[in-house]
Amino acid sequence: MVQPREPVRSPKWGSLKRTRTGKRSKIEQVYAHSIWKKILFLIVLAGILIIASAIIITLGAIPITIPEVYGVLINRFISGLYSFNIDPLIDHVVWQIRMPHIIGAIIVGFGLGVCGCVMQAVLKNPLASPFTLGISSGAQFGVSIAVVFDITILSGPYFLIGNAFLFALLCSGIILALSAMKGANPETMILVGIALNYFFQAMTEALHYVANDEQLRQMTEWGMGGFANLNWTSFMILTAVSIISVPLLYKNAWDLNLMTVGDESAKSMGVNANHIRIFVMVVASFLVASLVAFVGPIGFVGLIAPHVGRMIIGGDHRYLIPAAGMLGAVILLCADAISMTLISPIVIPLGTVMALLGVPFFLFLILKGKRREYWS
Amino acid sequence: MIVKLSVKNLRFSYNSTEVLRDLSLDVGDGQIVSIIGPNGSGKSTLIKCFDRILDPSAGEISVDRADISKMDRMELARTIAYVPQSSQRVFPNTVFDVILMGRRPYLGWHGGAMDEEKVWEVLQLLGIEYLALSAFTELSGGQQQKVLIARALVQETGVILLDEPTSNLDIWHQIDVMEIIKALVRKRDLTAIIAIHDLNIAARYSDTIVMMKKGRIIAAGKPDAVLNGENLASVYGIQASIRLFEDIPYVIPISRIPITTGR
Repeated sequence: MVQPREPVRSPKWGSLKRTRTGKRSKIEQVYAHSIWKKILFLIVLAGILIIASAIIITLGAIPITIPEVYGVLINRFISGLYSFNIDPLIDHVVWQIRMPHIIGAIIVGFGLGVCGCVMQAVLKNPLASPFTLGISSGAQFGVSIAVVFDITILSGPYFLIGNAFLFALLCSGIILALSAMKGANPETMILVGIALNYFFQAMTEALHYVANDEQLRQMTEWGMGGFANLNWTSFMILTAVSIISVPLLYKNAWDLNLMTVGDESAKSMGVNANHIRIFVMVVASFLVASLVAFVGPIGFVGLIAPHVGRMIIGGDHRYLIPAAGMLGAVILLCADAISMTLISPIVIPLGTVMALLGVPFFLFLILKGKRREYWS
Repeated sequence: MIVKLSVKNLRFSYNSTEVLRDLSLDVGDGQIVSIIGPNGSGKSTLIKCFDRILDPSAGEISVDRADISKMDRMELARTIAYVPQSSQRVFPNTVFDVILMGRRPYLGWHGGAMDEEKVWEVLQLLGIEYLALSAFTELSGGQQQKVLIARALVQETGVILLDEPTSNLDIWHQIDVMEIIKALVRKRDLTAIIAIHDLNIAARYSDTIVMMKKGRIIAAGKPDAVLNGENLASVYGIQASIRLFEDIPYVIPISRIPITTGR
């Protein structure tokens, strides 16, 4: 039998065109406003990054006046313009020590923030970070093997970096291969990642027994992380890797939005969740492995930067990815400045500073943040 | 009857358990079709096969005579929309952003002004414009269901699949959601296929009811032809009285039939 076709409640059913009065409704204005706020936030972040860099370059253990610092920079960028004599020591400190720290913090912080953000989205897990797939423990094991047994893939100054990179990739490669066989669901990836993490940690610990004091020192030093060993050549490599990987990740921003509402829904809207997940994890692992190989495991920033971003501008990845990147850069830049200058000339390890300052700040945001960040 | 969606000899297995067994079905254009059946009868699985969220092991599904297995995902998303039972909630999204997702099959990686316009239209159509900037996770069950329907609408498909749209809703919202579906089907030339548990809601709003048991269709037809004592006894294992009210059959369950022979 057929339903009695009663008149529908409102005449608007079925009409495709909206009745426009020429003016936007209140809620539409609020929406447009919310988009502008997100863009403004990104601009403000960029401003903070520039100002913070400009201040931090003048700080350091060796007292150098502000005009001297900028004299060096101007001379370096536009050689010959600055006619005064520049002390080679000052030039060295500013150009070979301070600048690499600042640029390193920005590149690495940006990369780790972006990777943390996309990994949390594809793994649908707020605890995911660039190190979820055991990348740091894999890298640490690679370094330990290089130090203890002298087994390296690269010779010369990059022997540690080459091994760290290779083993970090090896670790995430195993995880991705195993999860691809089981259907690439996020739970499998995280569980295999945690398991491998323990495995590589145990292997590294086993190596401690055969290492001598000098080897132990080298292993520990890498494990603390920092920008001390960065130079202009490493920036070339890291910048190149970032310029390739970050756009590849950002291209999927909208699909990541879809994936956060569930694989089935994503599929029904035309997005193959498993393909995106594997693609994003491959690219992000490659980027993280490169960063970690150069600066050691400083992963905390990759965990919190996306969360801070989400609390401030919400979960739309078209804005969240750049926001998480820049927040990561700001956080790392400030943490590095504090680690270098707080009780100079003693340098506090970067990871320590980040945890000591970042954790209370993060807890404060969780407790006081107005936006309820996640789930019910 | 113009056939909108046609299923021929469909089979589906989870691992080695066969869930759908040689199932064939034609759905008419502009109809509301309810799929009913006990837990584990394969209702949701069938709906998910229609949208290739699950891949059938054999058989053919076509919409407007076009084989969906030959479409890519984007094309399929412009042909069939799916309203999930409940959305996973991991990270927060505003209602507007959730609905905008439905425009994915029409564009590249970024939403455009036209797409935002379509979202506003649908929000207005469903009378939930005021929710646009609320967090999806903080809505009530009824509001969430409407938002998910809105998301399916901006996909601008001819077929819309709904997986138990009324479960977890109070009676007012059950009727509200079903009235919305009915109005949309009538006025926007949609075909709705609904997996549903509530027999009386199904009877009240469907043009056709498909009754399933253990992956097979036991009966299909108009509500008063399908919902009879004999079918309810053999499919659900209940004894029930059927009463007509304004030509619509209503099921009054009396008792369960003891499981001795296996229902």
